[in-house]
Amino acid sequence: MKKLVISVVLVNLLAACASQKAPEAAAPTPAPVAAAVTAPVVEKAVVVDPLNDATSILAKRSVYYALDVDAVAAADQPVIAAHGKYLSENPSRKVELAGYADERGSTEYNLALGQRRADGVKKLLELSGAKAAQVSAVSFGEEKPKAAGHDEAAWSQNRRSDLNYAK
Amino acid sequence: MLKVLKMLLLLGSLSAAVAHAEMSIEIIGAGEHQIPVAVAPLGGDAKIAAAINEVVLADLQRSGLFRIVDNAGKTPHEPSEVNYADWQAMGAEALAIGSVELVEAGRVSVKVRLLDVLKKSPLLGEVVSAKDSQTRQIGHRIADLIYEKLTGDKGVFSTRIAYVNRLGEKYRLVVADSDGYNEQTVLAQNEPIMSPAWSADGSRLAYVSFETGHAAVFVQSVFTKQRNLLADFRGSNSAPTWSPDGKQLAMVLTRDGSSQLYLINADGSGIQRLTFSGAIDTEPCFSPDGQRLLFTSDRGGSAQIYQLAIAGGLEQRVSFGEGTNYSPRYSPDGKSMVLVHRANAQFYIATQDFQSGQMQLVTDGGWHKKPSFAPNGKMILFASEARGRGILASVSSDGRVKQHMFTQTGDAREPMWNPHF
Repeated sequence: MKKLVISVVLVNLLAACASQKAPEAAAPTPAPVAAAVTAPVVEKAVVVDPLNDATSILAKRSVYYALDVDAVAAADQPVIAAHGKYLSENPSRKVELAGYADERGSTEYNLALGQRRADGVKKLLELSGAKAAQVSAVSFGEEKPKAAGHDEAAWSQNRRSDLNYAK
Repeated sequence: MLKVLKMLLLLGSLSAAVAHAEMSIEIIGAGEHQIPVAVAPLGGDAKIAAAINEVVLADLQRSGLFRIVDNAGKTPHEPSEVNYADWQAMGAEALAIGSVELVEAGRVSVKVRLLDVLKKSPLLGEVVSAKDSQTRQIGHRIADLIYEKLTGDKGVFSTRIAYVNRLGEKYRLVVADSDGYNEQTVLAQNEPIMSPAWSADGSRLAYVSFETGHAAVFVQSVFTKQRNLLADFRGSNSAPTWSPDGKQLAMVLTRDGSSQLYLINADGSGIQRLTFSGAIDTEPCFSPDGQRLLFTSDRGGSAQIYQLAIAGGLEQRVSFGEGTNYSPRYSPDGKSMVLVHRANAQFYIATQDFQSGQMQLVTDGGWHKKPSFAPNGKMILFASEARGRGILASVSSDGRVKQHMFTQTGDAREPMWNPHF
């Protein structure tokens, strides 16, 4: 439990730094963090960034597709909508979408398919309030597969768009 | 004499940084009408002669067009030493003889003659000169001379190929002889490399690299290794292909939305959008006259092959029937194309004649991708898989003779045959 508190505090201090563009000098030294561990009062004061809440819908950072499909599945649309809302509420946050495809088809067709998947997620994010400047979309096609193997078990992992938030 | 000079120039330019990767080659099948040909061991320096002989025999064999007749211990080097009756009795129709001469330190000159065994007359006499370390190039050149004289088509044994070698997360852009030997690394990095494309004169490669964090198109000299970033717009920049005159490239950009075809000057200027489908348009390939492009598009609902006229007007589907189709390349005469046909969960290499519209499968089903014609149109290079590894493979354009080329390590992907002889 103590460990959890430390990480939550740390991450939020860092996030606060990033969003407020606080000068380096104002960055907290390790000392206050150590204090946070011993002083439970600090825990109450922390506003948890939902992006770092493992139980939040925002913890889901990948959506998966059927073969040759680039539309986000209905079941995943609330996930993308939640990320879009989060981005609209946190205008300093940026996210890069990376589209992937399984190895069936040509490498170039798959690159285009991965791009279309990432672009599709970008559009949904913008519909949910994200600004265009917060979202970029790239494709790796069938390059850098998450899973190796010529079977559906691997392919289903590789038909994917990832949401990669800038640190 | 001109021929010899040209050979010298070519060999000189290829001499840099040769990696001696071990290759192994498997040949499957044979042509229908094989010409029985004998190759007598060359005279002169025994070690150099044997190395050259080995390459000549391997080249002729893998073309599928020749049956090698054993020399039965006979080693004539001059026409006067040939007893034609012996070679006739062994079934040879043509006989290659010759010898290696050391012209100066480090240089050899190989005199080679091809004889018509039935007519007892000379078919050709040539001198091939190069460094004594370039036995493979000399052998390829001799095999080309024999091939050309006996088949009437230009040989492609001296031509080069490019491909991507992937070993874990390490990627190398490689150029090599058409048999996979004599490889040189053009670029090595830890981000993916895709779609190498040769300029028509064989001096430059355009390719896709992910080193900037997304797909961008680079152009690099094969000889000086100098490279330029050609297209780095948002999203994906990919599928480069050169116009026959080397002045322009067609490629895919997503800067205006979906993957569409664009023309761009080789210096990066003058970008012109060619397609407005809103679908995926990719893998453009110039016709030999530079007037048309073949490309892959899913505008009709699935990946199929289309053709457009660069001047505008014509934009039509050219592949039909069951399955999906990818990666079209014009044949050197522009009368047909090679492509990847996917059906029944298998990938085939196929050719299609434009006049008849008939598609012909030239491989069995498997994991076959990215075909390209040899500059003489008689063979097709493609990416395949065997023993769990990505390999280079080739097949004669009629589908009769196949060969697998195993590089030493990693997966070979994205091969492209240099269109330049």
